[in-house]
Amino acid sequence: MNAPSTLRGPELVCPAGTPAGLRTAVDAGAHSIYCGYADETNARNFPGLNFDRTEMREGIAYAHERGAKALVALNTFVRAGAMDIWKRGVDDAVAAGADALILADIALIAYARQAHPKQRLHLSVQAAAATPEAIAFYRDRFSIARVVLPRVLTVEEIARLTAHAAPCETEVFVFGGLCVMAEGRCMLSSYATGKSPNMTGVCSPPSHVAYRDEEDALVASVGGFTVERFSKDEPAGYPTLCKGRFLADGTVSHLFEDPVSLNAIELLPRLAGVGVTAFKIEGRQRGRAYVAAVVQAFRRAVDTMAAGRKIDVAELRALTEGQRDTTGAYKKAWR
Amino acid sequence: MSKAPKRLSLTLGPVLFNWPADRWVDFYKRVADEAPVDRVCLGEVVCSKRQPFRDDVILEAVDRLERGGKEVVYSTLALPTMKREIQAIRDMIQAGYMIEANDISTVQMLDGRPHAIGPFVNIYSEDALAQHLALGATRVCLPPELPLRSIRLIAAGNDAVEVFAFGRAPLALSARCYHARSHGVAKDACQFVCERDIDGMDVLTMDGKPFFAVNGIQTLGHVVTAVTREVDDLAAAGVVALRLSPQSCDMVKVATVFRDLADAKITPEEANEMLSVLPLPGPLSDGFLRGLPGARLLDEVD
Repeated sequence: MNAPSTLRGPELVCPAGTPAGLRTAVDAGAHSIYCGYADETNARNFPGLNFDRTEMREGIAYAHERGAKALVALNTFVRAGAMDIWKRGVDDAVAAGADALILADIALIAYARQAHPKQRLHLSVQAAAATPEAIAFYRDRFSIARVVLPRVLTVEEIARLTAHAAPCETEVFVFGGLCVMAEGRCMLSSYATGKSPNMTGVCSPPSHVAYRDEEDALVASVGGFTVERFSKDEPAGYPTLCKGRFLADGTVSHLFEDPVSLNAIELLPRLAGVGVTAFKIEGRQRGRAYVAAVVQAFRRAVDTMAAGRKIDVAELRALTEGQRDTTGAYKKAWR
Repeated sequence: MSKAPKRLSLTLGPVLFNWPADRWVDFYKRVADEAPVDRVCLGEVVCSKRQPFRDDVILEAVDRLERGGKEVVYSTLALPTMKREIQAIRDMIQAGYMIEANDISTVQMLDGRPHAIGPFVNIYSEDALAQHLALGATRVCLPPELPLRSIRLIAAGNDAVEVFAFGRAPLALSARCYHARSHGVAKDACQFVCERDIDGMDVLTMDGKPFFAVNGIQTLGHVVTAVTREVDDLAAAGVVALRLSPQSCDMVKVATVFRDLADAKITPEEANEMLSVLPLPGPLSDGFLRGLPGARLLDEVD
């Protein structure tokens, strides 16, 4: 059960990839969960993930009974000629009791605002609103209540954006996968595989990943392009295109980004201090044990902060064990 | 009964790469005098650190292009984040140029004024296009990953749609500069290492297969988009213009090939032949347009 949220600091927004994952996140202390339908309307359109219509209604009810909010992501870009699929998603999510819809496509935002004037709308990170002017565009035209900020910004930029965005709230990613490219504007995956985040809701999809043995190494490829070589004694990670090793200017390196994940726990007090409303944890594709551990740790951190005490940074470090972590673009040196 | 398609016009996109100032100036002089293009977009789209070098010479280039009978459009930064970057865009809007907006901040600042939209804004459906037309867009270059089946639906009945038809397709933008990173220097002290790669820096897989090209904070495909086999289909679908994105090869020749192709003076096969003998940075591809991986080569698909 959730503790009563009287000491409320920033809202903790947690991933719910499946109905069971939703219950896990809520039970672990999520203030809000986010989830999506099992189709091309959501940007985590992977096999075995997401919710059908009944599961969505039941999942939202489960969250509400325990004092948590449910945010429904319909955050891909509407396919030409297929607006009805996305409209139905919006209508069904509203009918199911979603506390907010997370949207990226300008036409879908316009539809949701017109068809459901009172529904709370959040701007997805996939819309890549990275300036006060971009946020104003969506806030002033469509009464967007919250914008999820791209992971390409520094804390200083987040502070400035948050001040300009008001009364629109800001939400930032604090843990999990790290997009190094401006979100919603990346076509690396469709270049290699024909499937993209914007058009199909997938990135470097498992259907196009292959592993092969080569002498002392396991070689991982995406769409036929070699992306990583793992020596036999190192754990083979998932070959995401932008985290691969490539040859440029005579040198093999992780040109775009090392295979790291985002961990901004040390920055939570500063992010809260500049007025960020919500902290988001990435990982709808993650297992329940992982989600439970991360949500519990972050909930403790948020509650500790709200009580005016210092947070324990080491606890979250342990969760990225076996994988290095980074504060990403939030610190300027990353660039 | 279907109408005969209108004459396809040609747009020269902005130079995406960090060409030395004299090369940049010479390029636009030649385009002004010789290239059969109707419209020229220019301006620094990728990195604001390059902007001072462009600003020094842009008025000269604009003047020359206008005297050459070209419609000139100022193309804006695709990923502005800093205050001074936004201010620079605001200044260009106030100066009265026709603007090509490459991000939503610029659309906001245009405040309904007629404008163009570049291939960096997410317009994937006829409904999204309608929103932008209502906001003052008069010309929209669609994102390069869109397949023909989507373009058909988006381009119908509005005389506003342009398609990315030649050049390395822009794929992604980042806050991080990969040119600087690959040379072991900080972005703020980059020494403009990107200037060495006038078609972008080749990025290969570990086993030596060409894959991407890096241009500062931008990633492009290794292959060179060449939408030649689909020109008739695009015209029939209502597309009004083809965008040619500058590479270091002879762009006057590229423009001439596309003009002749659009006018049915040459066949797509002849066009491909003429393009492929140019010193291109990669092989020709129309994978994206065919709904295939964007890296798929022309030769690999019938």
